[in-house]
Amino acid sequence: MQMALFAYFGGAVVLSALFVVYFRNPIYSAMSLLAMFMHIAGLYVILEAEFLAGVQLLVYAGAILVLYLFVVMLLNVQSRGRFLQKQTPAVAGLGVLAAVEIVVLLLQTRFYPELPAIPHPGVPTLGNSETIGMVLYTQYLFPFEIASLVLLIALVGAIVMAKGKLKYR
Amino acid sequence: MVPLSWYVALSSVLFLIGLVGVLIRRNIVIVLLCIEIMLNAVNINFVAFSKYQHVIDAQIFVFFVITVAAAEVAIGLGIIIAIFRLRETINIDEFNILKF
Repeated sequence: MQMALFAYFGGAVVLSALFVVYFRNPIYSAMSLLAMFMHIAGLYVILEAEFLAGVQLLVYAGAILVLYLFVVMLLNVQSRGRFLQKQTPAVAGLGVLAAVEIVVLLLQTRFYPELPAIPHPGVPTLGNSETIGMVLYTQYLFPFEIASLVLLIALVGAIVMAKGKLKYR
Repeated sequence: MVPLSWYVALSSVLFLIGLVGVLIRRNIVIVLLCIEIMLNAVNINFVAFSKYQHVIDAQIFVFFVITVAAAEVAIGLGIIIAIFRLRETINIDEFNILKF
């Protein structure tokens, strides 16, 4: 059952990621990205991270993707001409070299089928959201505050940059 | 029970798709979308290891990665709008203002 769910969600994630790269129209790409976010939330659910599945849907699919769609529709650029970037033949050669290196490394890797079992901690297990809340507001309180600062700076920076003509005095 | 290495393989495939997209696509909005794909690949890895090693800290890290992704999107789209106003294009190989 879990195998089937993993196969469905994983296959859909990879397929929609490929579509993001493949489509010419940025709107189609953004919609494929939406499908990818949804299926990644499904993967989080089968990995027992329900809180993160909710956050993924709210933040990624709800906020970030809407921002992308806004910008794509605001700019309204008809992309004509080439679809891919200009690259020199040397870059293609280096890419082939890197691919060969990855294949060699993969062939030399010993994949462990199972990790050694780690015993569950003896405390009574809370739910996923409760555990995350407990750890986030005690052990990771300072990084949490820093994250809020990062968001504030990003907010100010985005407004400053999108506003256009500025007087630096 | 799905083996952990399957999740790692899925995550690396997803990361590669995003990396190739960043390297080959010409539209800068698609390049930002591919950066999102790479961040999500990392998140899948984090959550899978969190489940299989029974540590919750990895999920906290995913939380912070999502925060950084939101900040990156806001800043990146601001840059795109500013540069579109300047150059009337969103093709990444025409952005050579900083080249000397």
